Amino acid sequence: MARISASVYSSHVPLIGAAVDKGLTGDDYFKPLFDGYRAGREWAAENTPDVVILVFNDHANAFGLDIVPTFALGMSETFEPADEGWGSRPVPLVVGHPALAAHIAHSVIRADFDLTLVNNIPVDHGCTVPLSVMFDQPDTWPCKVIPLFINVVQYPIPSGRRCLELGKAIRQAVDSFDDDLDVQIWGTGGMSHQLQGQRAGLINQPWDHEFFERMINDPEDLATMEHVEYVREAGSEGIELVMWLVARGAMSDLAGGAAPTEVHRHYHVPASNTAVGQLILEDHS
Amino acid sequence: MGLDKPYLDIPGTIIFDTDQASMGYHLNMFAMSLKDAENRRRFTADENAYLDEWPMTEEQKDAVRDRDFNRILALGGNIYFCAKIGATDGQNYVEIVSSMTENDAHAHKQMMIDGGRSPDGNRYLHEWADGDPAARKEREERG
Repeated sequence: MARISASVYSSHVPLIGAAVDKGLTGDDYFKPLFDGYRAGREWAAENTPDVVILVFNDHANAFGLDIVPTFALGMSETFEPADEGWGSRPVPLVVGHPALAAHIAHSVIRADFDLTLVNNIPVDHGCTVPLSVMFDQPDTWPCKVIPLFINVVQYPIPSGRRCLELGKAIRQAVDSFDDDLDVQIWGTGGMSHQLQGQRAGLINQPWDHEFFERMINDPEDLATMEHVEYVREAGSEGIELVMWLVARGAMSDLAGGAAPTEVHRHYHVPASNTAVGQLILEDHS
Repeated sequence: MGLDKPYLDIPGTIIFDTDQASMGYHLNMFAMSLKDAENRRRFTADENAYLDEWPMTEEQKDAVRDRDFNRILALGGNIYFCAKIGATDGQNYVEIVSSMTENDAHAHKQMMIDGGRSPDGNRYLHEWADGDPAARKEREERG
């Protein structure tokens, strides 16, 4: 049987990917950030899953405004890294898991989530930067990846409650897949940042730290937080943090199991315009 | 009765909702087209000709020509789409983002290293009653 063994939470700032690609991770600006990633990379090397369900948002690279799906699941065998305007990142092709993706689609849609199913679609920094954060620069990514795109760009975006419930539905789907697979679910984006308007550059460190605590200890309560609070307190692009709730929803404590164990946490300001957060929770089903 | 938009009282922030997206459809699809290298080349070679291929308003085209990102967003642009205009110019995100604020790129980068812009005094429109950060900075510099 397949099982979700851990959830990982990670910012996906483009500059972090650029630092890896250009060999700048030892520079004064980046060193504290990447020193803090070391423990997560060691954990990832020892706990490499068969498949990662990678929750992120597209940034006008796969979807434009012609089609705006709230939840879109990547069904293909492979996903090309996108050219986002600066040229494509020199990273490996993302290899999917069509059989598990098909199983998740079947199960989750029957659980009343109206997923859009997508093939032949590029993945941008939202997907490839967390892979670089955890796996550095391998010739091929060490696991399969099922991209799950969440719309957090055009409002109305899904509520925290909806994201948490989607995670629960994904867990049920994975639990009923017959093949013996170790699956992780990664929620990405955030933490506090604002990339637009006269208020750009906003960072709220106390809020970010409290978000970590509530994410770990009381996700059901955190899921009731309104979008306007994310935006007011953590910046307009801090809203990406609702995607962390999808990953948290897939932990077994929310289905009557034991609480997950925190194995790593890292927080650093800044990368570009953003507060960077990382958290790893091991599941106990 | 209009739609509930509780985010309208956050200063210096434009939420890209369905109304903004409707106003900015062509503007954003123009900007998104710049993810293709050949389109970046054509835009750089003849900006006006490239802009005229898109059914955008003259106001939107002017905002693009001026690289006035606050105006671009007010006219329906979204930052992830429109950052590709900056990318085409060879700008990074700090340069694009800082252009919307009271700071130049160098000062903005330093502000971020120092912990970023505090949310204190920046949560509600009424807190900016005496002007946005750029207006306040200008007053301070004038003494």
